[in-house]
Amino acid sequence: MTTPVLQARGLVKRYGHVTALDGADFDLLPGEVLAVIGDNGAGKTTLIKALTGAIQPDSGEILLDGKRVRFGDPLEARRAGIETVYQDLAIAASLDIATNMFLGRELRKPGLLGKVFRMLDKHRMRAESAEHMAALKIGLRSLSVPVESLSGGQRQGVAVARAVAWASHVVVMDEPTAALGVKESGQVLDLIRRVRDRGLPVVLISHNMPHVFEIADRIHVQRLGRRVAQIKPGDHSMAEVVAIMTGAMDVADGKAVIADKGAAEAIGLS
Amino acid sequence: MAVIEATLPRRILTTPTAGPLAALVIACAFFSLNSPQFLTGGNFSLIIQQVMVVGTLAIGQTLIILTGGIDLSNGAIMAFGGIVMAKLALSMTPLLAIAAGLAVCALFGLVNGTLATRISLPPFIVTLGMLNVVFALTHIYSQDQTVTGLPDELTFLGQTFQLGGTRVTYGSVLTIALFLLFAYLLGQTAWGRHVYALGNSPEVARLTGIRTSRLTVGVYTLAGLVYGIAALLLVSRTGVGDPQAGQTDNLDSITAVVLGGTSLFGGRGLVMGTLIGALIVGVFRNGLQLMGVPSIYQTLITGILVILAVTVDQLSRRRTR
Repeated sequence: MTTPVLQARGLVKRYGHVTALDGADFDLLPGEVLAVIGDNGAGKTTLIKALTGAIQPDSGEILLDGKRVRFGDPLEARRAGIETVYQDLAIAASLDIATNMFLGRELRKPGLLGKVFRMLDKHRMRAESAEHMAALKIGLRSLSVPVESLSGGQRQGVAVARAVAWASHVVVMDEPTAALGVKESGQVLDLIRRVRDRGLPVVLISHNMPHVFEIADRIHVQRLGRRVAQIKPGDHSMAEVVAIMTGAMDVADGKAVIADKGAAEAIGLS
Repeated sequence: MAVIEATLPRRILTTPTAGPLAALVIACAFFSLNSPQFLTGGNFSLIIQQVMVVGTLAIGQTLIILTGGIDLSNGAIMAFGGIVMAKLALSMTPLLAIAAGLAVCALFGLVNGTLATRISLPPFIVTLGMLNVVFALTHIYSQDQTVTGLPDELTFLGQTFQLGGTRVTYGSVLTIALFLLFAYLLGQTAWGRHVYALGNSPEVARLTGIRTSRLTVGVYTLAGLVYGIAALLLVSRTGVGDPQAGQTDNLDSITAVVLGGTSLFGGRGLVMGTLIGALIVGVFRNGLQLMGVPSIYQTLITGILVILAVTVDQLSRRRTR
């Protein structure tokens, strides 16, 4: 059996009286696109935040390449090779693309200028950014314009390129197509494929079932703070997956069975 | 697709300092036409002397505003720093007295920054409170007495040297040097990029791995140190330690920052813009004075300029959204 790249066992996270994670498990296999789906409040975001160091779970464990890890903050997760593309919090709007690509990991000029005067090597950062963008076939007019002058899809492209450039283990994307139009969504999905083809596993959080079915190798269904199913898109219909997500159906022995007759009928499954 | 860099004219047009610079040039041209004394080296040296204290305070203010904060206490901190330097210099080595004054100012900055981050108080409120605290401390510590008879070390920056037939104060040179230093730090170092990122969005900055609390506290402390330098400039310009000094300088420093094209919402602006903003105020006051316009009209025009500058900032933000 292959060791999952990223794994979680029994994660619990409480906010006051609200239990956001209630013993959640998680497995990401090498080279796959894993979609994480779930209703609002199912704990998707909390799960992802725990995996990427943005929050610390109250209990449970996280394993990277089979080894137990603890991330005190997002920087530690990034240092471990887990990069995250956040929904719309990804980039600093007034800064240019190259600066954003290297934010928090700036390159300094060699020699005295860099060591003593801490001078940034803007030229090299721009050149390397251009390489990363080209490798993912993201076309941009200029790397020195502020990110706020780009379209939504281009911004997302910058955020993805940055994540891919630094990720050595995992790229996590939170609703990367949520704010985008049809054409731009298609471009981002292509981008995710190219990332996978480079051998990096991708965790994709999405509400968009057609996108999930188009691109995911496996689907992790989150419900009421825990994982209720892991399925392959080919084995189930979209309606069934929605039913599992909302609790109308359960998965037993790889088959979906009706758990709540009324709810299942209401969405046209019986 | 090929990656082309933005052309130079385009960059100049999109920099937030283009408008203020144009305003400064136009103002200078206007006053040159209306007053024969305006366009002289001596007069420009005077303008820089008049703006150097507020200009230096405004450097610290720029740093804080770039992070998305604001500092109402800088004038008061400067006044306290000046009193500390002046009083201590009467009883100990002047250089140590200066160092103590700088340290005290940095310490107030540290307290401001710590309250703003660790307890998440709004910078406006923290520095408003600090304004009153430090103002009171200044009067208690000085017993409302102006400190006179200062040693040369404390007034050295007020002395002049010849530069191409014009008398220039050492303080003016120090002020310009400080602006250049911070332009470099903000524009060419990772620290500077982080300050902008923080002002854009603290959450973005945090998620990129920038230690935002530490950065913020550092910025406030550094700003405090700069206020300390402003205190030394103030003492050397007036030749005394004055507990009444700097009472409107907090707002004047904000005026300079805003006139220089820096956004009050944080994340956008240049420290060289602040120099231009300070010079705009200085040039208007000086030019109107030369034309014989009563000083209350100078204040009126400064107010209109500020509102104009903020309007331009708002409109340009709306366009890019």
